Amino acid sequence: MSLSRMLSSATLLAAIALVFVVFAADAENAVEIQLSYKDKKFDPAEIGAPANTPIAIKLRNLGAGAMEFESKTLHVEKVVAAGGDATINVRAQKPGRYEFFDEYNEKTARGALVVK
Amino acid sequence: MIPALIIVFREVFEAGLIVGIVLAVTRPVPHRNRWIGGGVLAGVLLACVVAAFAGALSNLFAGMGQELFNAAILSLAVVMLTWHNVWMARHGSELAGELRRAGRAVVEGSKSLLALAIVVGVAVLREGSEVVLFLYGVLAAGSDTSWSVALGGFAGLALGAVICMLTYFGLVRIPMRKLFTTTTVLIALLAAGMAAQAAAFLEKANWLTAMDNVVWDSGWILSDTSIPGRALHTLIGYTDQPTEMQLTVYLAILAVTFVLMRLYGAPAKAAAIRS
Repeated sequence: MSLSRMLSSATLLAAIALVFVVFAADAENAVEIQLSYKDKKFDPAEIGAPANTPIAIKLRNLGAGAMEFESKTLHVEKVVAAGGDATINVRAQKPGRYEFFDEYNEKTARGALVVK
Repeated sequence: MIPALIIVFREVFEAGLIVGIVLAVTRPVPHRNRWIGGGVLAGVLLACVVAAFAGALSNLFAGMGQELFNAAILSLAVVMLTWHNVWMARHGSELAGELRRAGRAVVEGSKSLLALAIVVGVAVLREGSEVVLFLYGVLAAGSDTSWSVALGGFAGLALGAVICMLTYFGLVRIPMRKLFTTTTVLIALLAAGMAAQAAAFLEKANWLTAMDNVVWDSGWILSDTSIPGRALHTLIGYTDQPTEMQLTVYLAILAVTFVLMRLYGAPAKAAAIRS
């Protein structure tokens, strides 16, 4: 019985491994955008990117506290420690204006990504 | 105070739902409070550790540490939930029957409890580390408003506990016989949703780039960031813009659960009918 149980775990793990096969990172063709965060403000407050191209936002948190970069429309959420750097990968987007904010200061700390 | 309450509540909402479901699922199992409580406590402690090392964690794997960490612990929860379902398919009837009197249920039941305690721990850990970072940031800033913000944060935590209780009391109203089927389906959907979420994290880390086309966009009907959307996101893995990969993983987990329950659950059921 414990053998069958082991087999079942093994089958499951194999299935998950099969599904989670790691594909080579396809990040070379992503457009990099630099962004910094300090005193509850994004700098620059508006960033631009071409449409239908993966985007990598390089965010540097120059503030004294941790922040959480979030965008509902881009479906990203990432905690950035005080003084830390982060890369936020965004899949290719259609033209439009995508707002993002620091979840810990949603009202004041806002910015937008304009895809053209 | 109110923004803090909302931020913290949003984070603990998901954990509250999961703990409520697990409490309902484990209702007939002896000593379950100890295990589930242990899971919550371990989750809180680990959340503090993760928050303390948040910077170091994100720097791992070329800046994708957070995403991979989330994907890993979600996968762990998926394995535990699926294992629980398969285990219950085999031992559920025994548990409610004579084994309980024989006292073996304590031994057998604790295996399944460990799996669910891990699930609870993972849920608390994931949401908790963000709450810890937020509250720590506010208190460290030491401004006049920090206590009011912290108060809001703790009120948010309390509301999360209310969600947990509502889920629990909602589920335990279901009669025992139907509860088993209900929770089996709930847990299978929970696991599939978590697996799809894990796939989403791997996609964000660029570790998973195949089949990354968005299948549909139902954000105009129900955004997955609204409260009902978030509840459905946790419960059945609802996403308003799923990719082909997320959908595949979701269906694969449901299929795997079904097959495993059929394969390993059947003998015990047959035995129960014969006796």
